[in-house]
Amino acid sequence: MNELQAPPSAELGATDRFTLRLFRLLLPVVVLAAAVAGWAILVRVNDIPPYVLPGPGAVWRTLISDWPILWQSLLTTLSTTLEGFCAAAIGGIALALVFNQSKWLEYSLFPYAVILQVTPVIAIAPLLLIYLPQQTAVIACAWIVGFFPVLSNTTLGLNSVDRNLAGLFRLYGASRLQTLRYLKLPAALPYILGGLRIAGGLSLIGAVVAEIAAGSAGAGSGLAYRIAESGYRLNIPRMFAALLLLSAAGIVIYGLLALTSHLALRRWHESALGGEN
Amino acid sequence: MIPISKSPSAVPALAVSLRGVTKVYDSGVAALGPLDLDVARGEFVSLLGPSGCGKSTALRMIAGLNTPTTGSVGVARRKAGTRAAPAIGFVFQEPTLMPWATVQDNVGLPLKLARTAADEAKARIEQALAQVGLADFAGAFPRELSGGMRMRVSLARALVTDPDILLMDEPFAALDEITRFRLNNDLLALWRDLRKTVIFVTHSVFESVYLSQRVIVMTARPGRIGAAITIDAAEPRSEAFRTSADYVAYCRTVSNALAPSYPEPTR
Repeated sequence: MNELQAPPSAELGATDRFTLRLFRLLLPVVVLAAAVAGWAILVRVNDIPPYVLPGPGAVWRTLISDWPILWQSLLTTLSTTLEGFCAAAIGGIALALVFNQSKWLEYSLFPYAVILQVTPVIAIAPLLLIYLPQQTAVIACAWIVGFFPVLSNTTLGLNSVDRNLAGLFRLYGASRLQTLRYLKLPAALPYILGGLRIAGGLSLIGAVVAEIAAGSAGAGSGLAYRIAESGYRLNIPRMFAALLLLSAAGIVIYGLLALTSHLALRRWHESALGGEN
Repeated sequence: MIPISKSPSAVPALAVSLRGVTKVYDSGVAALGPLDLDVARGEFVSLLGPSGCGKSTALRMIAGLNTPTTGSVGVARRKAGTRAAPAIGFVFQEPTLMPWATVQDNVGLPLKLARTAADEAKARIEQALAQVGLADFAGAFPRELSGGMRMRVSLARALVTDPDILLMDEPFAALDEITRFRLNNDLLALWRDLRKTVIFVTHSVFESVYLSQRVIVMTARPGRIGAAITIDAAEPRSEAFRTSADYVAYCRTVSNALAPSYPEPTR
């Protein structure tokens, strides 16, 4: 009757935490395996021809047999993405720094950065392809979509500096450059890294969109071009294989940027500290 | 009536002098003044009043972080022959540390901004950390420290340039009482050793009486000096003073001086 029970603890034990982590890794894998199995059974049972829906086995075999072509295309798309991403990162951060130093420039130019962002890139791509050499146009598309998140996040970060810290820098007579280097940039770093993480995925999308828009013009050889080309030739297994590679590329880009962010912030920023503290 | 001493009888060298200082915000609200205040070199003065009486504004004006609407703010320059670095150290209500920098980098910030040579900076950082009892935490990050320790880091940063004047804006208001008492004692010990001019903003009657030689009681909106009460206690002050009858009497005097400016709301 007067037996007292310990209150249910919200804190997990070490074994519980390990099991939880295992489940977090395992569950998506289980879902993937189930989906692939369901896909294979669906194709087998309904006897769907490979030019309508190839089974996972057929896609895998195509991935291996067409590897030389697909690998070349992957490299092309990745290099476009990388160049677009670098341009977006450098351009976005640099423009945000300029805006931060001069309100006049910010007021004059920021609306146009927004316009560039809200106009769908698929609609701009054909125009760019007319005025620019194809490779440049594709990189420009990757740049346009990746650029804005970096700009707006960096701007937000530079404006989020602690007011009292800024006062402290003034009190000790810090120059503009010192304030930027020792206060504003470190304070903005988490925001910049967040912007870059978004820009990485968007650059890939921009590159793919531009390749597809350029596809009919011929000379491209990126993964998106392969998808369009395979579509015309009803080579559906290769379409799926190329799509698989694109997804994998996107995941790897995101993972790398998330890892960079974690490594850069792990000593001090809440987002990288985990729940223990 | 409360005795109001407008200026000390024997006039020593001044560290800070405010003359007819006012602050009117853009909204038209008169926040401060006119305010006349002289603080002698080496004096420990508290500005006491509840939130919104302009005491922090006055402090920020002395630091040059705010500009007065009218009037003049005079701050003693360094004695001739010493460094040209600012003669003022400022401690904010929050520790205001850079979360991405270690304790020693935070403390060394004023030196870095003044482009002090690395080896000299290192020695001064070590000295400042030793003064606040944090010598072993040079490599820690702010988030790894308790609230009281963060405040000590903030104090070390204010001391690292060896300023003549230390301005403190409700520095211990957010700390628990035990930690606050300890920091009060440590601050008094530092003041006795270093003999800096300290202007200490607080809304605690007990803290102001315990720490200062002179308590300036401020009235609300616009902030003016309601009373100036000299706390004439035997030095060095310690925990014994905190429980003495003198202390209680001073606290009552200061509380009474505070009361007429802030009548209970009636309806």
